[in-house]
Amino acid sequence: MIKILVAVKRVLDFNLRVRLKPDGSGVDLANAKMSMNPFDEIAVEEAIRLKEKGVAGECVAVSIGPLANQETLRTALALGMDRGILITTDEEWEPLNVAKILKKTVEKESPQLVILGKQSIDGDHNQTGQMLAEILNWPQATCVSELKWQEEECLLTREIDTGLEVLAVKPPFIMTVDLRLNQPRYATLPNIMRAKQKPLSIEPLLNLNNSLTPRIKRLKVEPPPPRNSVKMLKTVEELVRHLKQEAKVI
Amino acid sequence: MRTLVLASHDNHKILPASLSAMTAALNFSKTFDVWVMGQFRQGVIETLQHAPCVSQVFAWETADVVSPSQLAHAIRDFRVSYDVFMAPADYFGKDFMPRIAASLDVTQISDITKIISHDTFVRPIYAGNAFLTVQALDRVKVLTIRPSAFPPLVLEKGERKTQLQKITPSLQPDRVRFVERKLDTSERPELTSAKIVVSGGRGLKSKANFALIGELASKLNAAIGASRAAVDEGFIPNDCQVGQTGKVVAPQLYIAVGISGAIQHLAGMKDSKVIVAINQDPNAPIFQVADYGMVGDLFEIVPALCKALPNKT
Repeated sequence: MIKILVAVKRVLDFNLRVRLKPDGSGVDLANAKMSMNPFDEIAVEEAIRLKEKGVAGECVAVSIGPLANQETLRTALALGMDRGILITTDEEWEPLNVAKILKKTVEKESPQLVILGKQSIDGDHNQTGQMLAEILNWPQATCVSELKWQEEECLLTREIDTGLEVLAVKPPFIMTVDLRLNQPRYATLPNIMRAKQKPLSIEPLLNLNNSLTPRIKRLKVEPPPPRNSVKMLKTVEELVRHLKQEAKVI
Repeated sequence: MRTLVLASHDNHKILPASLSAMTAALNFSKTFDVWVMGQFRQGVIETLQHAPCVSQVFAWETADVVSPSQLAHAIRDFRVSYDVFMAPADYFGKDFMPRIAASLDVTQISDITKIISHDTFVRPIYAGNAFLTVQALDRVKVLTIRPSAFPPLVLEKGERKTQLQKITPSLQPDRVRFVERKLDTSERPELTSAKIVVSGGRGLKSKANFALIGELASKLNAAIGASRAAVDEGFIPNDCQVGQTGKVVAPQLYIAVGISGAIQHLAGMKDSKVIVAINQDPNAPIFQVADYGMVGDLFEIVPALCKALPNKT
């Protein structure tokens, strides 16, 4: 049986409206509901399904961030992960540094499969999994929408711009997951209670030899440019006339 | 500054998204180098060789599908050093550029919509609900640009023809093997570069009904798009999905039919020049970004609209 490591990020709940701080310094997260990044929920679900199929043994979730991330890890445990690791830092690290931090965990835990969401819905970088794969010198499969686990070689289907691509990968490897891989389950109340007893270790981030240095400087965050207000029309003839004469797009 | 554009092609021509990356590259220097790989017709290379803004073309002809890891190795061991690596944020660039960045131990700036200076860029965050201005501190810049934010470069045919540089990097063994691509073939314009996009959502109710979107698209010579809900329901293949995690489009005209307008969908289309929304719910969020709206039954409105539109010759 294989061991799986899943990286989970705590982000602004995807249903919430994004509020910006008036001074342009960033998004206002004070008192906002935070949740597990939706793509990471899919990653967790896939790990649990592999466990239920008897492919995976221990499934470990790791998160990087402030102490509040314990809540996100408890959610992962309630869903079925066996153990949580929180690496505490108040810094908001960019993907390259996140990959370097995760590399240390991978080396310590020696999983055969690392699953990450293809992107987080706050930064929208779509980088961390690929970067982790590179610095581990592991193969990668990004944007995976179907996984067929086989001992020797796993078959992974990826969503690409022109359709689908199938790859065969020998473990260990990195997989980043797309929306249609699975439908994540909800945590049941007994499982939420049980998750409180599961092991969750908290380790401070050690910046050994200062290998983590900031690579970017966030200068300002602005709202998108506003759009004109909508003109409501009653008939298709009116619509065609507006598109022709006013908008001049047909 | 020395810039390398990693360009993708479909064996016949350079893809529009890569031409957009070339437009972005001109912000750093008057000329740039281009890297192409795979199997391609001579015409692909010749257009580049004649273009005055292209200083060198490096062509890696190979029948093998090069993995992101193999490409990152090849770039790291390449004999020319660059200040800027540029690619579009399409599936190709998203897959390999972070590996190139990590192999060079530099950060990547993803999905850039505006280049302010050689180290300062604007990019959307939170599904386009905010725009971040960011300064990249590494000397070497690895950048992906949002294709819809930069017009595709028109490659002029100059007098000069640059020498073609054939390269044959050694393929490092990789534990990943390419099996196959299942491509959706369509006669319609390509979604990310089409002038008009007609998109359908859950409101279409079935795969059979989604044909209505096809009819309207044919009438307008438009590409077909879809919301996540329509793709999840199996009305239409995944490569038609428009949104935060699907494709980002910015056509002249975007017609959203039966799409309520979840923020994840709006992220993929709200930079369109003109947006038309057709929905039965007057409170649907799609109307907040639309220029023209019609409230009503799409099964009546869309056929009537097809009829009211002039026939294309």
